[in-house]
Amino acid sequence: MAGVIARVSGPVVIAEGLTNAKMYDVVRVGALGLVGEIIRLVAGTATVQVYEDTTGIRPGDPVENTGQALSVELGPGLLKSIYDGVQRPLDVIQKSVGDFITRGFSVPPLDPTTKWEFTATAKVGSEVTPGAVLGTVQETALILHKIMVPPGLRGTLKELQSGTYTVHDPIGSVATPNGAVPLALSQKWVVRVARPVAQKLPPQVPLITGQRVIDSFFPVAKGGTAAIPGPFGSGKTVTQQQLAKWADSDIVVYVGCGERGNEMTEVLATFPNLQDPKSKRPLMERTILIANTSNMPVAAREASVYTGITIAEYYRDMGYDVALMADSTSRWAEAMREISGRLEEMPGEEGYPAYLGRRIAEFYERAGRVITLSPEGRTGSVTVVGAVSPPGGDTSEPVSQNTLRVARVFWALDASLASRRHFPSINWLQSYSLYLNDLEPWYRKELSKEFVALRQRALETLQKESELQEIVQLVGVDALPEREKATLDVARMLREDYLQQSAFDEVDTYTSIQKQLRMLRAILSFGDREQDAIGKGATVAQLQRLPVRTKLSRMKWIPEADLKNQFDQLEAEMAEAVASAGGA
Amino acid sequence: MATKGANAPKTPRDVPVDYRTIDRVSGPLIFVRDVANAAYGEIVEIALPNGERRQGQVLDSRKGLAIVQVFGPTMGINIEQTSVKFLGEVATLAVSDELLGRVFNGLGEPRDGGPKIVSDTRLEIVGNAMNPYSREEPSEFIQTGISTIDVNNTLVRGQKLPIFSAAGLPHNQIAAQIVRQAKLRDSTEGFAIVFAAMGITSEEANYFLRQFESTGALERAVVFLNLSSDPSMERVVTPRMALTAAEFLAYERNLHVLVILTDMTSYCEALREVSAAREEVPGRRGYPGYLYTDLATLYERAGKIHGRKGSITQLPILTMPADDVTHPIPDLTGYITEGQVYVSRELQRKGIYPPIDVLPSLSRLMSLGIGKGRTREDHRGVSDQLFAAYATGKDQRALSAIVGEEALSATDRIYLRAADRYEKEFVNQRPDEDRTIDQSLALAWDILSDFPDSELKRIRPEFISQFRAHPPVADS
Repeated sequence: MAGVIARVSGPVVIAEGLTNAKMYDVVRVGALGLVGEIIRLVAGTATVQVYEDTTGIRPGDPVENTGQALSVELGPGLLKSIYDGVQRPLDVIQKSVGDFITRGFSVPPLDPTTKWEFTATAKVGSEVTPGAVLGTVQETALILHKIMVPPGLRGTLKELQSGTYTVHDPIGSVATPNGAVPLALSQKWVVRVARPVAQKLPPQVPLITGQRVIDSFFPVAKGGTAAIPGPFGSGKTVTQQQLAKWADSDIVVYVGCGERGNEMTEVLATFPNLQDPKSKRPLMERTILIANTSNMPVAAREASVYTGITIAEYYRDMGYDVALMADSTSRWAEAMREISGRLEEMPGEEGYPAYLGRRIAEFYERAGRVITLSPEGRTGSVTVVGAVSPPGGDTSEPVSQNTLRVARVFWALDASLASRRHFPSINWLQSYSLYLNDLEPWYRKELSKEFVALRQRALETLQKESELQEIVQLVGVDALPEREKATLDVARMLREDYLQQSAFDEVDTYTSIQKQLRMLRAILSFGDREQDAIGKGATVAQLQRLPVRTKLSRMKWIPEADLKNQFDQLEAEMAEAVASAGGA
Repeated sequence: MATKGANAPKTPRDVPVDYRTIDRVSGPLIFVRDVANAAYGEIVEIALPNGERRQGQVLDSRKGLAIVQVFGPTMGINIEQTSVKFLGEVATLAVSDELLGRVFNGLGEPRDGGPKIVSDTRLEIVGNAMNPYSREEPSEFIQTGISTIDVNNTLVRGQKLPIFSAAGLPHNQIAAQIVRQAKLRDSTEGFAIVFAAMGITSEEANYFLRQFESTGALERAVVFLNLSSDPSMERVVTPRMALTAAEFLAYERNLHVLVILTDMTSYCEALREVSAAREEVPGRRGYPGYLYTDLATLYERAGKIHGRKGSITQLPILTMPADDVTHPIPDLTGYITEGQVYVSRELQRKGIYPPIDVLPSLSRLMSLGIGKGRTREDHRGVSDQLFAAYATGKDQRALSAIVGEEALSATDRIYLRAADRYEKEFVNQRPDEDRTIDQSLALAWDILSDFPDSELKRIRPEFISQFRAHPPVADS
């Protein structure tokens, strides 16, 4: 199976003499044993993309084929980990080789010595099918890890024992027509192939993120897909991190694909100290980080999104709601372009390979709410939120366009909002969510009957504002009738007191959906009362001076614990103040 | 730190072999035939017919062919007599304490007439990637004495914050002012400056050297100079030489290193030249598709490491062709660095120094370096409020140009005035004016206090009552 190198050019190596090599086989390159993957076969030669720096590699060096495709190891111990793009644990690398990542270093993804307490739940002698739960391991205080029969395996459960095991110890076996197959706490899966499911389901439940503009205006469903395109500095990373922190999914997989090292460090430093709003446990206990920073090898960057989504699918198969943040998918696409260029493939648009659109669509298609392969029909979901970094913020480029074709939520980040520090800088006129109809029953049932209507009215007000602004540009605000001035006033309150939300403020960083409802209602009912008062002769200037206005603008700091009281009081005060202004 | 020889080829030839088999010379590249097994990235020595020697590096290695990029001009190289020696090692820089106070050329050879650096420690200039797990969160506030940076776009140790500028703007003065004034509060720790010049004029280089000299910083500086008259191919290695020196000083000698890289635009153009010569499929505007990856391997070498005292803070300078921020160089840089300081031609025309436009500027690590115990508890709110007020004020300025100031509401007129005051009093300062963070915040409060409380939505009420400088101006 061993071959020799014929050519080296950056991350691309051409090898000769690899007999029986298959596409996407993992190979070991050179004396250091650098990890690579076969991406092209021509009679007698194999083209390999190498996941590590190839400096010093020369023609004549050996290449060895492992015969296996790039896989991830799945089992207890994934949570709280930080991996590079090909699932090597960065903390273990640091302990072994120091602060800089040296090459050819191979580490098991899951610690082979950690012992896990396994509780068997399946009955020996029963028939088991793929996805059947064999037993459980308490992986972290938050997450019960379900040990499942791997896809493709069915038969009679021959033996299974509770006990303390490492991820590789045999825990039992399944009798199949082809003989007994041993079981372990861990299993492997090829990253480029989606894990099978029984059925895909339509989305029904919103992913509550605590971010007002997202939850109320442009929600993403659990199992849905969302794209955040925006120029640099428009707040993609902060938005992604806010979602990773506060989204009410069971598991979060955060893929830093070609991003900044210091930002990954920030995630590493802050997540262990942040608490999950529901369970009050450190957020790290439900989080898996994949960090392939921009200076790490480009081919591993290409693999990192697949590594991430495969891990997400694995937890989905246990019946969990998983959210995957990929920051940024443009770096992934550029990695494809770079490799494609080295292969001297005929380029498509802007030098990207012709298969760019297909790859992006395949990736987003791995999201979804599903009935998993399992005897009892467990449901689980993977939500995918992908950041896109279009050059110059111009979303007409291929990565943005191909993403928008498949993602159903579009959060359009706006540089002009960012420059005035309106964060999150999601433009309310350009963004959209195609899940609104799917989610409406949930809002009616779980939150309030009026919420969907309030949202609609708020958006209409903002739309109206943009039309009025055009008139103001020509004639000045004083020329407008009082009623329209009041519309502008309400729109401004919506923008400044509702849509704007500070990720760095300890209270404002998260707003429950109940509080969002109360805030939205307070602003819109103030607007209604303004219109009433104007009918009775009040002016907008008078109304703007009401002290209750300042209180409205401080709604965001009302503590979640005392929601009802304080809002009831605020609304009463508001009614009285505006009524008296109208009477004056 | 990349230890010595970690990346060295594992099967070096015992004796370097001379090849006289140049097949083709094309732009900065030479193609050498019949080479047994050149390593990717291997350094070669090229002996010209006139006895001159130049260095090069293997960019592509196949059986029987090596493509070599020559650091320097290819003038004088011929096919018949020129010989190429493959040295069996990758590019390195000799490092020692003697680096400080020295001036080198773009390849790390002495330029100041002094001796070569002799050291047992030679570091590979293409460093291994820092493990994200080893990084320490940058959080120490660096006071630059420039209000727009300290208050609105705070710089912290270990950050990479480029200056986005353009032809004719005073980016060099701003960089020099930062070098002169940058300090940590209450710190006496050792510092060093690494200055890498790529394709700048000798006049610009001399300006920086004089500045370093006048403040006594020259003896704490390591200078790598590749001037616009020097071979452009050297530029491809210059920043790597500089960052290798910086890593040595930071992580082996515990110094806090400020690295200035100027002008990144010339660096990228040199890369483009190599790419074009290799006939690669070009990305945007002819720049190679791997420009992002290449720039990242430079910029990401800023940072701090757990358990090591030193740090590397980067201040790259780039000139945007035609003031275009969407040009690939500023665009890709902005996606890698932790923010940018944007130098504005509009403010420059108004006679404001430093003409930093805060609206497109950004510091991503700001929130880590400010607040209680670092700068002041009201810092975040004040900064956000200034941004919002200035942006609104500028809108009102545009509006009043059309409809007249009288058509603005009373509140809008306060915004209009605040934008003017912000530019003239806050942004504007003398090149030798070194404001403390408290002075800058006081200036900010003096402007913000013109507004009634109800407009100061970004600031927590308790801070308004604590820091308000004067009552709001009356509606007129």
